[in-house]
Amino acid sequence: MTVAESTTDLEALLAAADEGLAFDGLRLEREDDGYALETPETKHAGLDDAALRDALGPLEAYVSNWRYWQREIEGEGTARRAFLRWCERAPLADAERADRRTLDDATLAVPERYEALADGIDRGWGQLRITARFVDVEKPNGERVYDLWHADDAGSDLGDLDVYDDPREARELATEDEDGRYRPLKTAPTLRSGWAFTELSGRELVDTVEFLYPATVANWHRELRGELDVDHWLETAERQTGIYDVIDELPREAVDWMAEACCVDSQCLRRREWQYEEGDDLDVDGGDGPFPCREPCSVVIAAARKWTILESEEERTYELELTTSELNQLAELIDAAAEGRTDEIREADVNDGANRYRARYLRAKRFDEEGTLDATEREP
Amino acid sequence: MQALVIAAHGSHLNPDASDPTYAHADTVCETGAFDEVREAFWKEEPHFREVIRTLEADEVFVVPLFISEGYFTEQVIPRELRLEDWDPERWESDGTDASQATLEATDVGKTVHYCGPVGTHDAMTDVIVQRAESVTEDPDVGDGFGLAVVGHGTERNENSAKAIEYHTERIRERGRFDEVKALFMDEEPEVDDVTDFFETDDIVVVPLFIADGYHTQEDIPEDVGLTEDYRLGWDVPAEVDGHRIWYAGAVGTEGLMADVILERAADAGADLGDAVERVRAATAVGTDGETRSEPGPGAGAGD
Repeated sequence: MTVAESTTDLEALLAAADEGLAFDGLRLEREDDGYALETPETKHAGLDDAALRDALGPLEAYVSNWRYWQREIEGEGTARRAFLRWCERAPLADAERADRRTLDDATLAVPERYEALADGIDRGWGQLRITARFVDVEKPNGERVYDLWHADDAGSDLGDLDVYDDPREARELATEDEDGRYRPLKTAPTLRSGWAFTELSGRELVDTVEFLYPATVANWHRELRGELDVDHWLETAERQTGIYDVIDELPREAVDWMAEACCVDSQCLRRREWQYEEGDDLDVDGGDGPFPCREPCSVVIAAARKWTILESEEERTYELELTTSELNQLAELIDAAAEGRTDEIREADVNDGANRYRARYLRAKRFDEEGTLDATEREP
Repeated sequence: MQALVIAAHGSHLNPDASDPTYAHADTVCETGAFDEVREAFWKEEPHFREVIRTLEADEVFVVPLFISEGYFTEQVIPRELRLEDWDPERWESDGTDASQATLEATDVGKTVHYCGPVGTHDAMTDVIVQRAESVTEDPDVGDGFGLAVVGHGTERNENSAKAIEYHTERIRERGRFDEVKALFMDEEPEVDDVTDFFETDDIVVVPLFIADGYHTQEDIPEDVGLTEDYRLGWDVPAEVDGHRIWYAGAVGTEGLMADVILERAADAGADLGDAVERVRAATAVGTDGETRSEPGPGAGAGD
């Protein structure tokens, strides 16, 4: 810390003391007989100006910590501030601890936090890893920066990654998965790796995270405050108009199947908090995702429309010729497609029913000339 | 503090659908006129439903990146933003005059200035003209040229055609182009017969769409006869029935669209300083400003 910065911090601190200051364990007040100064480690009263300056000498960490949060980050009560506090394991406000599902209790007081920030404090956020650290490790002046990368790259050298510093570039990174397929659902666990954002400011970090996982910080913060507003399936469905007007007709059990298909950890990092309706929970577990999902997303709504139309069909009985192994193979094919496993099946692994040659053989044998499965509807 | 939200359709299938939204948001962001600038989508994230809560500003200007007043601007966006006191009557519009309505988003208690869509703002007329300039690479284009403003047109929404006709009339009144016509995909007069409507050898065809996608990169080029198969691409200009067709792609990708967004917010009371002038300078054709006018490839329907 330069003398100038240190002096400015101190002057600002003294100015704030006039109204009484209590932050992260530091308490400073101007009382009738002089300043009262308190930290978890020290307690002084009746300090004149000179004595206060002396007493604050060993407490530089508390002073620069106060400056960073109160003068630079600011935003008392905002999700941005809470998220940045969480990033460095700083205690959150009481109001932000009403719902503790995504909180652990291992918060750090200023001295431990300063020690940890010198090495960097790592946090996971979905598939992201965030490191909060001091800009200047040798002489920490309280100034933090944040690095962000994919969890899969945690052990990589920065030199092997594409390094960015503009949050807006995250939009591009989030657009396609490793195989170049478009990701309409940003919280799908398919974020590609191989990149890093370094030395982001607090605001830039939050912006970058928001581009990668939109609205997750805001809803996480609402949940912490016990203010997450959940819209259950039925109210969301009933709100729809236009071509989505029909989805409230999706049968109750089909909503369970839909949640099992779309809203599980393997498909989405959000934890489903919505149910069929208040007091009528879906059978499927909402998952362990870190971000609360407060209502069916647009992908689910669009799929629900399709299923509503499909579920309006009557069931019929068909007769078709299959060997037992062929019937089992159908099941294997469906399972492989549902799990996105087809690309992993080895070319020559003809023991797997979803192997491409096995599938082509079945098609050659059992499809008719129009290219459809040869089946006859049984008369009722 | 004031924030801007650009509300667009987006797509589950086509990653390019959101490109113009991002590009214009970046242009606006760089003016520094707003403390926060955020994109929001119907089919992407952040969804309309959740965007307001991601903002710290208490004063939010929402500009729909849509061409016409109708289902999305009058029903979907206000409903999803939880503007409970919204009523289309508050725009006092007959289809092209929507300005703004000030409401409260009930989930966050913030003031939302809900603006009319970009497509019906007067400044949109300039964007269509600038689109003609950028596709011909001629800032003075007009003399000897016809201009076709192309809309989707649909019997389900009478306002869809009104926006097209409104700008067509305004451009015609300026007398810059020899001829100006409004043409449509799904109603008369149809864009398929574009050369029937013009005497001029050169015709600039500007589709009034927000993003390049199925219609602007597949349907219209084939319908107009620019190409047999959109996958083979087409020339600009392309010869069709003895006319030279300068096909511009979606007007929404034109850099000057950022200006319309700003004008909408300014009309609703946003304090912009000199942002409008700066955006106009930065997006002008024939300057060093980044026009962002290259039509992107159409990768599928904006579902």
